[in-house]
Amino acid sequence: MDVFLTAMPALGDAFAMILQPHVIGYLVLGVVMGLCIGVFPGLGGIAGLSLLLPFMFGMEPVTGLALMVGMVAVVPTSDTFASVLMGIPGSSASQATVLDGFPMAKKGQAARALSAAFASSLFGGLFGAAFLTFFILAARPIVLLFQTPELLMITIFGLSMVGILAGRVAIKGVVAACLGLLVGTIGEGSAQGELRMIPREWIFADSGSFAFEMYQYLGDGLKLVIVGLGIFAIPEIVALLRQDKAISDKANLGGGWLEGVKDWWANLWLSMRCSLIGVIVGVIPGLGGSVVDWIAYGHTVQTAKDKSQFGKGDVRGVIGPESSNNAKEGGGLVPTLLFGIPGSGSMAIFISAVALLGSGSIEVGPSMLKNNLDFTYAIVWLLALANVVGTLICIAASGGIAKLTNIRFALLAPFLFMIIAFAAFQSRQEIWDLVALFGIGLLGILMRRFDWSRPAFLIGFVLSGPVERYTNQAYQIGSSRFRRSFEDGLEYVFSPIVIILIIITLLSVVIGLRQAKNIQAEGDVASGSKRAPLIFLLAVMGYAAVAYGNASLVPDFAKTDRVIPIFVATIALIGAALLVVQMIRAKETDAIFADRELQDADVNTYGLWATLAWFAGLLVATALVGFILALAGFLLLFIRFRAGKSWGYAAGYTAFGITFICAMAWTLNRDFPPGLLQGAFDLPWPLT
Amino acid sequence: MTNYTSQRPLALALALSTAMVGGQAMADGHAIDLEGKTVEWIIPFSETGGSAKWANFYAPLLAEALPGNPTVVVVFDPGAGSTKGANNFQEMTYEDGTTIFGSSGSTQFPYLLSDPRVRYEYSDWNVVLASGTGGVAYLPTDLAGMLGDGGDASGIAGEDFIYGSQGATRLDLVPLLAWEMLGLNVEPVFGIEGRGDGRLMFERGEANIDYQTSSSYLSGVTPLVEAGTATPWFAFGALDDDGNVVRDPTFPDMPSFKEVCEATDGCETSGPQWDAWKAFFTAGFPAQKMVFLPAGAPQAAIDTYTAAFEEVKARADFAEISAARLGVYPQMTGPAAQVALESGTAVPQEAKDFVINWLSERYGVVLQ
Repeated sequence: MDVFLTAMPALGDAFAMILQPHVIGYLVLGVVMGLCIGVFPGLGGIAGLSLLLPFMFGMEPVTGLALMVGMVAVVPTSDTFASVLMGIPGSSASQATVLDGFPMAKKGQAARALSAAFASSLFGGLFGAAFLTFFILAARPIVLLFQTPELLMITIFGLSMVGILAGRVAIKGVVAACLGLLVGTIGEGSAQGELRMIPREWIFADSGSFAFEMYQYLGDGLKLVIVGLGIFAIPEIVALLRQDKAISDKANLGGGWLEGVKDWWANLWLSMRCSLIGVIVGVIPGLGGSVVDWIAYGHTVQTAKDKSQFGKGDVRGVIGPESSNNAKEGGGLVPTLLFGIPGSGSMAIFISAVALLGSGSIEVGPSMLKNNLDFTYAIVWLLALANVVGTLICIAASGGIAKLTNIRFALLAPFLFMIIAFAAFQSRQEIWDLVALFGIGLLGILMRRFDWSRPAFLIGFVLSGPVERYTNQAYQIGSSRFRRSFEDGLEYVFSPIVIILIIITLLSVVIGLRQAKNIQAEGDVASGSKRAPLIFLLAVMGYAAVAYGNASLVPDFAKTDRVIPIFVATIALIGAALLVVQMIRAKETDAIFADRELQDADVNTYGLWATLAWFAGLLVATALVGFILALAGFLLLFIRFRAGKSWGYAAGYTAFGITFICAMAWTLNRDFPPGLLQGAFDLPWPLT
Repeated sequence: MTNYTSQRPLALALALSTAMVGGQAMADGHAIDLEGKTVEWIIPFSETGGSAKWANFYAPLLAEALPGNPTVVVVFDPGAGSTKGANNFQEMTYEDGTTIFGSSGSTQFPYLLSDPRVRYEYSDWNVVLASGTGGVAYLPTDLAGMLGDGGDASGIAGEDFIYGSQGATRLDLVPLLAWEMLGLNVEPVFGIEGRGDGRLMFERGEANIDYQTSSSYLSGVTPLVEAGTATPWFAFGALDDDGNVVRDPTFPDMPSFKEVCEATDGCETSGPQWDAWKAFFTAGFPAQKMVFLPAGAPQAAIDTYTAAFEEVKARADFAEISAARLGVYPQMTGPAAQVALESGTAVPQEAKDFVINWLSERYGVVLQ
């Protein structure tokens, strides 16, 4: 009853604050700005909030909050457009949406998939807000129960989703996940700062030398935005380009938005469970939300009766992740507001922006509930309201935007590639960002070709940091507890929550592996010759071996930076060795030799390397003359020769593209990658 | 690779400024005019850190105070624990006063420890603002009850302590060395991502000793103290005009580290260990964040920025708005900033050697 007595007056105050015309006005403004940014893959809350920061100083707190919350809240809604329509994860929150959303778009059901996604997002957002209204008062002690061993187990549970997404050959999925984990360990170790996969001599190289530049770039590891876009977006763009048609060949975008809403209604119970998953994962500090969509997807598949359509366009595969990712935003407010510990990059900016508001009297952190409960509720319900506004706008727009899938892809691809390159460049603002995007993209293309699970790779990559950190920390704190007394240690390591999580994880793995054959994250792939798949396997094995050798060089005093790479590389090597044995024994037609080149041979109009050469050309030209000049040439030539349009059309397209990207960079106050030319001459923006 | 000297706003303003600079310089030989320009404030960290918060606070105020009211934008150049951004800044030369750089303790420590990644030289740059902070060490209430008079640590010398740390070569070097001088048996758990995570570890009962900078202590730990779960032990302190460690004016009721050290048997407030602690404390706290103009900046530009920051400090509401957003930090300009820079970047060779040796013996960290 106490809870109600505290909550109700503050809740009333919060609504009085929110429900003023100018506050709603700012909220809508924030939502519209958020939609404009979030609809582009790779750009999200961080870019948007940075844009708002200069205006926050001294702004009236409620209006400032309305503007910021409006913007942050709609990103997981609007990023669905890219995920469903283009097969490009709009942000880390909608990676899993791609798996079923994009096949639906290919089947001409884009509008249906979108509206199902938006309905789920809306429900998730509202569910999260309602749940939080009461939970936030009791959350503190519950959140504190999640110590390092619990965090480690949740991370491992997240990894166990690989079981579901492993594809037809389970070991391949496991090796793919190990590869993702290994790529995630590149750079300085979190505990001792030892370098992995970077020669130590590079630290001592001359300033400006290639080695030193590479050290400075790779030392902090690869960023999720680059790996996410590289592993999903580039392969899809290249594959669609090679077929030279529209994403959906159905003229009729059958199943309009109403059908999607009905789909969601029919799966209301699923949507509710996934929203709950979203809130819970979001509430726990330290994990962020980058796995919540995968966990929700895994749950969706595990609890479905008919699993045959997953990965091929099952609407439930859209409803699950989309319900969870908006609910997660609400959950993520708990660590942010209660502990002052941001659950994500955008939340970190949010915290510092709140300090700039008004007289600076709102302090995000432990005192928030006591001193500013009304503001806390205002934030929670602004989030809910922003979800409603955002969803309505998105549903209204989805029918029109879905028509993009009917455009010939050769006309869409250069534009998409431009946006993706720009987004990737925001990671470090160096040309190496583009090189990394291209490199990871190539890996993605090969994984797609040989039917290696890209979701498994990505889950591994995302969880690489947490796995390593929590393993080391839990081990260290655990040993200290065991030294104190055996019971103390046991109690710490095997708390009731840990035991429950272990049971859930084991069940998930067993069920997952049993079902994995049904869920083809990469669709059906034919098998053919032995040589190409074997070469790729050997290359993966080679990388694992190099990673093993490299990690074993880490000296003893820093062994915490060695344990995980060695362990993971060992599993990868064992898995790869098993695969080699299987390959030697199996027939050419076995699933293990999946090779998409053979399957798509008749639909591919263009060769892989010819298509890639266009992008490689853009990269090389950027290194020489800078991004904007290179892009202008790329757009012009691509539209003229690859898309076969007239020079006039190509020039118009180029002018539009360049204007667009410049306007975007100008608004966000960003620059473009410079080339050698810019090193020699000072050029005016945007050519810099 | 990043070329800051030819940024967009700069280039756009080029035509304007060439026409105007001549006349303006005549009118006022002691100030540069930045009208219509965009000042880029480079922060060598990501958008999400404490330095971003600090720069975002100052940016609009600085824009108001600079002659010509330029737009001030904060740009981020993170990487390699801020050494990358600092190396890039070192490559730049003064052009027209539209590029400034914000460094932090994490930029100074590798410099002090002769880290091979450091390719920058503080003495080349021109300091226009130095912001200080303090730090507070705190314990779980039951352990704090075992402390002796004046914070004497002898009573807890036998305890096993766990401390969540960002790394021994970072700012955490100062508390880690302090624990050791007080004879505590502390095991640092490395790999936490920020001091906030360290506090969370303390709140979960996994860590049982922690410190926070002044502003984080006020916002994050005070509620724990009120709830009775945490008790402050000592504040590191502040420097008086003669360079002595005295009580932190923000926390006048807490003993300084010097007092606690004096009260504890075996902890010396003189000798190489103390000198090393004091040198790195000075670099990390009282002179933690500084704003620089690049090498080759003319006196007029330095004066302009110094005057602008002084104007910001002189605002009637400055104490109020800065206390809420930055904590109670001393903000130094002019000669005071120069002194802060010198005490923060010039560490006696013995102190440096002591720390380098201590890091390698205690943590196996080899820097050269």
